[in-house]
Amino acid sequence: MLDTARIYRKADITPVRHVGNLLDRIRKSSLNAFVSVNGPGALEQAELSGKAIEQGREDLLLGIPLAVKDNICTRGINTTCSSEILKDFVPTYDAHVVERLKARGAVIIGKTNLDEFAMGSTTNTSNIGPTKNPWDQTKTPGGSSGGSAAAVAAGLCSGALGSDTGGSVRQPASFCGITGLKPTYGTVSRYGLVAFASSLDQIGPMARSARDTAVLFDAVKGHDGRDSTSVPQEYDATSLDGIDLKGLRLGVPDIFFSEGLAHDVERSVRYAVSVFQELGAVIVPVDLPRIRYGVAVYYLIAPAEASSNLARYDGVRYGVRHGGEKDLFEMYCETRAKGFGREVKRRIMLGTYALSAGYYDAYYRKASQVRTLIIEDFRKAFEVCDIIAGPTVPVTAWGLNDMVDDPLSIYLLDIYTIPANLAGIPALSIPCGFGDNGMPIGLQLMAPAFMDHIILGAAITFQDHTKFHEVRP
Amino acid sequence: MRDYETVIGLEVHAQLLTNAKIFCSCSAAFGLNPNTNTCPVCLGMPGVLPVLNGKIVDFGIRLGLALGCTIEKRNVFARKNYFYPDLPKGYQITQYENPLCTDGRLDIEVNGATKRIGIRRIHMEEDAGKSVHDESEPYSSIDFNRAGVPLLEIVTEPDLSSTQEAVSYLRELRRILMYLDICDGSMEEGSLRCDANLSVKEKGSGRLGTRTELKNMNSFKNVQKALEYEVERQTRLIESGSAVEQETLLWNALLGKTQSMRSKEESHDYRYFPDPDLIPVIVDDAWVERIADTLPELPAAKRRRFIEQYGLPAYDADQLTQTRALADYFEQCVSLYGTPKEVSNWIMTEVIRVLNEKNRDITELPVTPPMLVELLGLLKKGTVSGLMAKEVFTEMADTGRNAPAIIKSSGLEQVSDEDALAVLIKDVMAAHPKETAQYRAGKTQLLGFFVGEVMKASKGKANPKVAGNMIKEMLET
Repeated sequence: MLDTARIYRKADITPVRHVGNLLDRIRKSSLNAFVSVNGPGALEQAELSGKAIEQGREDLLLGIPLAVKDNICTRGINTTCSSEILKDFVPTYDAHVVERLKARGAVIIGKTNLDEFAMGSTTNTSNIGPTKNPWDQTKTPGGSSGGSAAAVAAGLCSGALGSDTGGSVRQPASFCGITGLKPTYGTVSRYGLVAFASSLDQIGPMARSARDTAVLFDAVKGHDGRDSTSVPQEYDATSLDGIDLKGLRLGVPDIFFSEGLAHDVERSVRYAVSVFQELGAVIVPVDLPRIRYGVAVYYLIAPAEASSNLARYDGVRYGVRHGGEKDLFEMYCETRAKGFGREVKRRIMLGTYALSAGYYDAYYRKASQVRTLIIEDFRKAFEVCDIIAGPTVPVTAWGLNDMVDDPLSIYLLDIYTIPANLAGIPALSIPCGFGDNGMPIGLQLMAPAFMDHIILGAAITFQDHTKFHEVRP
Repeated sequence: MRDYETVIGLEVHAQLLTNAKIFCSCSAAFGLNPNTNTCPVCLGMPGVLPVLNGKIVDFGIRLGLALGCTIEKRNVFARKNYFYPDLPKGYQITQYENPLCTDGRLDIEVNGATKRIGIRRIHMEEDAGKSVHDESEPYSSIDFNRAGVPLLEIVTEPDLSSTQEAVSYLRELRRILMYLDICDGSMEEGSLRCDANLSVKEKGSGRLGTRTELKNMNSFKNVQKALEYEVERQTRLIESGSAVEQETLLWNALLGKTQSMRSKEESHDYRYFPDPDLIPVIVDDAWVERIADTLPELPAAKRRRFIEQYGLPAYDADQLTQTRALADYFEQCVSLYGTPKEVSNWIMTEVIRVLNEKNRDITELPVTPPMLVELLGLLKKGTVSGLMAKEVFTEMADTGRNAPAIIKSSGLEQVSDEDALAVLIKDVMAAHPKETAQYRAGKTQLLGFFVGEVMKASKGKANPKVAGNMIKEMLET
């Protein structure tokens, strides 16, 4: 992104040429990373931004081609959530983040693939089929923001927006060898993000480097009156110089290195930790005793909220309608039976059950209480450390067809990413090595709420001393 | 036949008079073309979010304070999940645990006695859209203008023990809502809606009967009829040894009966949970105090004051305090004119008659208090007769002109001038020599005849009192 901005100004290539080339590559790509491509719109914006650059405007985002996950609303461009039920839905409004990017002269090059309504870790549940991992097209790019991660890794765009409810930015970033940030809850407006689980959802930037990620984060963060959970606060720009790691207290909890962690992932993450140590960080032991309940808590709260959030797709006002010639009840049933895929239906049923009379206290309320305990764990941990480090995912990307009938095994692999969503704290994934199969491995950094700039700064410093993020598929 | 007791609890929905809807900036106005007052938020489009209009909390606190409620400090909105085509999001945003107001009361008058009705809770919520079913079409239409219009739901304890009590509770609540300027109180337009929970039990029995829920009673008359019908229906069932079924009933005003809408088995599980899109609203003491400072005098207090300060009968006080504007009108007239009872009589008869005839509000009446008082002054002076004053008032209400102008131009002024009357009386005496002789011979009951003739001759303008005295004098001399 920063490279592209420099090249534009050296007049090596104009935005129109660059965007045109990318559009060609996207069309020829076999990755299935995009749900739709914004050809004419992208070129039009590239033209305008090119002129602005010629006139000497400095904005780094001018003409920068960005991809947007297809659950983020774009005015006049289909926003499908990779679901049959919204396959023809065209919003009349831009998400807050899209408004912000457009205002800066960035180019929205297309909408990227995801697991249906962001429910999944592979993009397998997309109605257009899975995206492939650019490092090995027989492997999954991860999910749910798999399309965005693959597009960035394959160089089909300079950066992308994803959304992260339980790891959906960080896990595919890890699988595709890029950097992805799940910001502090409330930092980036959710206005225009199609809700999956409102108390956990956060839009996050994805790019090849932590610097690019920081630039994109700064572009989209900030208060928005249309989202009541957007924190009314002024933010400073994130420093792109990195931070001095000398004396930084790096918490490395044992629980992140327990059973189920693949040995090659452990090796790379331990190596990354040693890099931090070499750069002056002090390793401190921290204990997060209750995050072992994270997956269980998440799979009650997220489906519960989802079951309600997805009620609006009823065939009445927009989207697909089936059985409209029959009675109302039949229309609801057929529309939702045909419009939603299996995983979405599974989660709607789970969530409906968790909220039902007689079960609410045992499931939803209990889960909310445990969530509070997990928040408390992090609060205590951050009394003794500045950043918590660990693996992003216990394994590297798996085969496209692996575990398709075993959702529970896939759910359990969210173990490291889920706690940050439950606690609302910032977390990012940066490349820190490669597995025995040559697939990228991600290091996860977490910090207290509103310390996004600290983990971005640490990641920038890390990347200034390592080359993992520069390796291309 | 045994004796039975009725147990009624009411749930009233009051649409609030805010400019904007509760969670978006669309207008909350009534009666616009269908679906013109909508936006992505109130249509429940993908990705949009609700933002609370703080005015709704102000209004809720106002009512809560007026009803002596405890105001909740930490207010959480919840989602009530159910599917219906006019419910855009598939859930209604409402309050469930910890409503804004709890534990209040409203005193009503029944047969001259005061009864205290407990208010269980008042909470804030959004209205749904409106389904329009046209029997001649194979489809239904939905108007989303109403979707997101703010409501307060006011729930009583089951303290009402007759239809009469229920209706007087509803009247008093409506009056308070209107006094507080938070609801226009129109049951016909649906800005005030009432549902009831009703059961019947044997007198003195500690066990409540099975209750039914009644909906769709969209006027005071219908509330009364529906409740009466339901009391009778349940009593009949119990008398005949059958069980009352717990169900939701719709009042059918055309057929004059309740009809089953859904049974207990079919009742929804609303799966309430806190809405994660909204943050808790913290109502601190300062907020409550700020609202308390703006509370107007409430109907009950005003009634008491009218009785004490103006010496009015309870009936007058009740009539005059129907609305704040009418009470203000009365008080302005009295401050200019005095004699409260005389003013009260005029307002309760003439003013209210004209308002009812024209279906207008006192604020729309062109006759201002100074204008009415001017007319009362002319009446007292005898410039116009009582009958004429009523005519003059009607014209004032029609045209907005003041009393002297109307009297002058229509020649309604009474003739009290003695010289002019003396001429008329002499003429009448001359025209009726026989009667004059008879009167003078002692048949004094003929006085009425002479007054009538003088009035006729004056085309009704003679002041009958003055004329009567003069006739007597002239005949007897």
